[in-house]
Amino acid sequence: MTRRVSDSAAPPRVATLSEIFLAFLLIGATSFGGGAVAYLRSSLVAKHGWLDDREFVELLSISQTLPGLNATNMAVLVGDRLRGTRGSIAAICGMCLPGALIMIAAGIVYRRHGDRPAGTAMLHGVAAAAVGLILATTVQLGRRSIRHAVDLVFVALTVVAVNLLHLSVPVALLGVGALAILWYRPQ
Amino acid sequence: MNQLPALVGVFAYLSLLTMGGGMAAFPELRVLVVDVHHWLTFPQLIHLYSVGQMAPGPNMMMVASIGEWVAGVPGAVAVLLAFFLPTALLTLGVGRLWIRLETWPWRTSIQRGLAPVSIGLILAGSISLAEGALTGWLTVVIAAAVFAVLLFSRVNPALLVLCGALVSLIAFSPR
Repeated sequence: MTRRVSDSAAPPRVATLSEIFLAFLLIGATSFGGGAVAYLRSSLVAKHGWLDDREFVELLSISQTLPGLNATNMAVLVGDRLRGTRGSIAAICGMCLPGALIMIAAGIVYRRHGDRPAGTAMLHGVAAAAVGLILATTVQLGRRSIRHAVDLVFVALTVVAVNLLHLSVPVALLGVGALAILWYRPQ
Repeated sequence: MNQLPALVGVFAYLSLLTMGGGMAAFPELRVLVVDVHHWLTFPQLIHLYSVGQMAPGPNMMMVASIGEWVAGVPGAVAVLLAFFLPTALLTLGVGRLWIRLETWPWRTSIQRGLAPVSIGLILAGSISLAEGALTGWLTVVIAAAVFAVLLFSRVNPALLVLCGALVSLIAFSPR
């Protein structure tokens, strides 16, 4: 099922399902704050040699264009490339397992103790810090993908549609998305 | 009342809106979870989402907390499958097709066109979160400080969120 173009001299390194699962489990357990891309690159390209940088960037651009989280989309695409559908399943399960278990436990703790004064006080700060973190992630993503002034217009139109006009996300996505794709139509 | 079908429906729908990142779906998540189904209050949603920023892995694993909250561990499993399976299948299918469409001229148009829109959607989600999370000058200062530190250094974001928790614990604790 591997679909690699055999353009390099060295044969692609074969990965087993358990190697794929363990590699993504490690990424899923150690990547924090939406920075999964950096962890993915250092594991998949630098450590395991499963992809080269060009392939990594290509899969990343597909991940960002499609719905779905970048981290899980990358897991699906890399797993598929290495080992087909079963590779995808191994990769996405490994990626999600640590965070899912932690958040199920955290949710239970929050429901039982979240309304204690100390808990509420801390959660104010956690939420505020999360806003700063999300904005920083947005700026970092934007630096990579915003190339022209007109892109800022599309960003602004989307924000106005969702936050000011209160249009639903799919309407904003289809409306502004269609406009932006037509703007960049093939010449 | 059995909430599993509603959970599956809501999170399968939300998963298709996560263009560019989980934050893109936040405005719809807020409407559906808080206003339509009354599973959580808006402050509770913000708390779970924010705590989720300290968990490792993909940054929307807090959906599992909502599933567990509404319908126990089966609810968490149902939500995880609903939230990740549709986009995983789409990515698997389109990913294979996309590689073969390398020479299709519209492919570049779609990638370049959707890039700024997905940034806009994440920004819109951040604003929606900020509306609930920034409740006074101290929270604004914490958010701005975390933002600045992350832009200019490579600190582990989870540590900064923890610092925010400690600062507000000291500031807001009843004396």
